[in-house]
Amino acid sequence: MNGKIKSYMKKDLLAPGHRACAGCGQVIAARAVINALGKNTIVVGATGCLEVVTTPYPFSAWKVPYIHSLFENAAAVASGIEAALRAQKLDKRINVAVFAGDGGTVDIGFRALSGMFERGDNVLYVCFDNEAYMNTGIQASGSTPWGAWTTTTPVGKFSFGARQAKKNMIAFAVSQGLLYVASTTAGYPLDIKMKVQKALEFYGPKYLHILVPCPVGWGYDSNLTIEVGRLAAQTGHFPVIEVIEGKITKVLKTPAKRPKISSYLKLQKRFAHLFKTKEGKKQIDHLQKMADENIEVIGLCPTCEEHEILTHYESVDNLNIQ
Amino acid sequence: MRELLEGSKAVAKTIAFCRPKVISAYPITPQTHIVEELAQFVAEGKLKAEFVRAESEFGAASIVLGASQRGVRTYTATSSQGLLLMTEVLFNIAGLRLPVVLTCANRALSAPINIWNDWQDALTLRDSGWVMFFGENLQEVVDFHILAYKIAEKLNLPVMVNMDGFLLTHTAEVVEIPEEKLIEKFLGPFKPSLFLDPKNPKTFGFLADPDYYQEFRLALHQDLLEGLKKIVELTQKFNKFFGRNLKLIEGYNLKKAETVFVTMGSLEGTVKTLIDDLKSKKIGLIGIKLFRPFPTKIFAKLINPSIKRLIVLNKAVSLGVEGILTSEIKRAIFGKRIEIKDEILGLGGRDIKREDLIKLI
Repeated sequence: MNGKIKSYMKKDLLAPGHRACAGCGQVIAARAVINALGKNTIVVGATGCLEVVTTPYPFSAWKVPYIHSLFENAAAVASGIEAALRAQKLDKRINVAVFAGDGGTVDIGFRALSGMFERGDNVLYVCFDNEAYMNTGIQASGSTPWGAWTTTTPVGKFSFGARQAKKNMIAFAVSQGLLYVASTTAGYPLDIKMKVQKALEFYGPKYLHILVPCPVGWGYDSNLTIEVGRLAAQTGHFPVIEVIEGKITKVLKTPAKRPKISSYLKLQKRFAHLFKTKEGKKQIDHLQKMADENIEVIGLCPTCEEHEILTHYESVDNLNIQ
Repeated sequence: MRELLEGSKAVAKTIAFCRPKVISAYPITPQTHIVEELAQFVAEGKLKAEFVRAESEFGAASIVLGASQRGVRTYTATSSQGLLLMTEVLFNIAGLRLPVVLTCANRALSAPINIWNDWQDALTLRDSGWVMFFGENLQEVVDFHILAYKIAEKLNLPVMVNMDGFLLTHTAEVVEIPEEKLIEKFLGPFKPSLFLDPKNPKTFGFLADPDYYQEFRLALHQDLLEGLKKIVELTQKFNKFFGRNLKLIEGYNLKKAETVFVTMGSLEGTVKTLIDDLKSKKIGLIGIKLFRPFPTKIFAKLINPSIKRLIVLNKAVSLGVEGILTSEIKRAIFGKRIEIKDEILGLGGRDIKREDLIKLI
């Protein structure tokens, strides 16, 4: 390990030694988020992989105050902490952030999240989306993409996998009048950092949705997490955007020669079945169409001029070291 | 100052004097008047607290959980379905050892839906790790709330104060709520040693595997069992401080009693007036005010040799077994040769008349 990495890890607020799988996209993203938030932060974790791998008693990987209560109440617990901080009238602001998975956000925790949004509590809510219930063994969630195999959307004569539109949390968060809403992927840790820092400029609820590739649940080699995370965005499959006060302010432009959705799908075993049958290929076409629509509607292509073009991604080669 | 107050308003005023920093609630009949009144106090600046409107009881319980873990005094109130919706959070609050105080305006459970009083809601939560009081009248309910904060913060345990829905929440009685300054002196400031603090970062609500889990749960069990002694001491301290005679279990007309009613809540008062009217020395009452931890020894001490029969009046059933209080009483007098009659009555607010009780004797 070189000195640069060592000194970087020393400053990490999510310490090494946690029990996450090799190549876990969620931990990469969570570390980027907490490092950007800084020491003066209280983290509320929902039940899920991140909570399990970072808090096995008597150990904890957290160097910030951290509480895990239940699966579906992280947003409400954060509201309570925030209310206590308001009541205490402190001189120095303490950030309150929720770290939840896709199940804990789009499914079981949706009610609490909705309550937190409408009350306007000053909380940064981060959804680490690995597109299924990975902690319980890869069951489909409301965030599982079209055509994906999971243990509860199995593939068979009568099924090509998940047959649902991934819940659009960005649209929901924007519809609730949030001042800051953004998406990104674990493929872009520097973008995560910048978005967290930007989010902190706003008072009230903020929502950050991070796609976090999961080598186990998605079925790819653990050294490909960054590549998979970037391809999700570059194909237009998962738009990386920033919405401030209801207006798209930044998008991650796709490369001039946009990769096809199949280049993203073929890296992952959860989509492998789609390549084997005629019916499957139809679903690949459908996924391509959805990606194309994203490009058009949000303006992700390089020639679309409506939005500010982000250029810093190309220079970020090493995810850990900035 | 003695004043005539509706039950809910008396509770709200008492809670305001206990100065919680964060209150969160979701409306459910018959709890509503309590939280409406508290919201008004906050709106008028009479109570400096955050009143957080929750999207559900589940949210309300989670909000006070978060606030309590940050280290401030908290309060919530609910009833019936609301208490059940809170269930998962309530177990969690006890496991996290947070001194949350909750009022349950006791009400029946659905189905069929019914908004009136029984104890099915609270008694279903008897294994949650919460200290549970049942007030007989408004004065007791007021006093138990003050005592609740003292116990909660001394023992690091959550406390639920139960009051019969409508029978106590919506009726007016003359009560004496101690002065705010006195309550403040009795409770002192809430200063937990560990809380969510960036200066001293700790992890709460961690994962405990089979090597550790049992110790945590048994420690909670043990602290409730041993907490009983401290609850007795704190009750004595309370009585001395406020000049009260608050009891955890009350014996009434027991000296020569042969048949003794055992019950809780406002039904105690009904039985007392019956005993007074009958002018019989052979009928007595044991009123249970502290249900968890169950004061088994105190109960056993009240069982005179003259007692031949206990009639346990239950407004809650362990379906398929018997009245929930009956099971508790059987355990408490295990080994004694006393007949026990399990009587389930008053469910869903059915009025319990004295003829009903006379028939049982």
